[in-house]
Amino acid sequence: MSNDRQQTGEHDRVLARVLGPEGPELSCEECFAQLDRYVELALAGDPADEKAPGMRAHLEGCPACAEDFRSLRDLVSGETGAES
Amino acid sequence: MTMPIETPAGQATEAGDDASRLWLDRLAASGARRDEAVVELHALLLKAARFEVDRRRAALPHLRGGDHEDLAQQSADDALLAVLGKLGEFRGESRFTTWAYKFALLEAAVKVRRRAWQGREIPLEDGAWSVLADRASSAGSRAEDAELFAAIREEIERSLSERQREVLVAVTLNDVPIDVLAERLATTRGALYKTLHDARHKLRGALARRGFQVRSGGEEER
Repeated sequence: MSNDRQQTGEHDRVLARVLGPEGPELSCEECFAQLDRYVELALAGDPADEKAPGMRAHLEGCPACAEDFRSLRDLVSGETGAES
Repeated sequence: MTMPIETPAGQATEAGDDASRLWLDRLAASGARRDEAVVELHALLLKAARFEVDRRRAALPHLRGGDHEDLAQQSADDALLAVLGKLGEFRGESRFTTWAYKFALLEAAVKVRRRAWQGREIPLEDGAWSVLADRASSAGSRAEDAELFAAIREEIERSLSERQREVLVAVTLNDVPIDVLAERLATTRGALYKTLHDARHKLRGALARRGFQVRSGGEEER
């Protein structure tokens, strides 16, 4: 059973990488331009995806931008946590 | 006149928060006031660059400790130039520090990825087909998955241009970082992503015409 789930997860991961997200998405340049605002919105619990349409789809499709997002989020959230 | 902008809760809404405005004022000043601000900014960027290099340390097992610090310093230096050159683009939509950090993180991430791939060949398509073949053969009871993976391989070969095939296979099947591929192909990350986006769109269309209902998925982990 768990092996089936593992297989399904791996299938989905390969499909997601190859076929990418559906729907409109930002370009890498647009993503970078909005990244700081998007991260702060997300960390503040604001509806970041509503305020930055196409951002989430791009992060789903672009491994490099997704890494940039995670790094900025973790750096800023670590600082915020240290301040509080 | 500055138009109010939508920012995360709790922040000022015109030129950003007080601390951000102070950064801009000091960096626009002259003499010792500006020099001090530039030194502080470099320290801030170096902190972010070290964070990123440290995070990716596993990708660089062959480097010595001093090499990691060199990468961080180079990243901070390049990010400082980028930030100072783009100060006019800061619109106060986030804190200044968050805006500045992203330049250091980007510089460091790109440098680490390129260093990790230095001297390595970009894998050929032959290797990538095994990823799809493995998926197809391990599909087990999900026969429709086996058919789908076989169809994906066929349509990659049949429907995509040579450039689209090269980019899609390298980035999505062979895990070549898009910055590394961009450097090898003498282009930009943005241009390559556009090629990848077009390739995926064409591939989805080809699969849909063959009657496959493709599930949506995502790379990004939350």
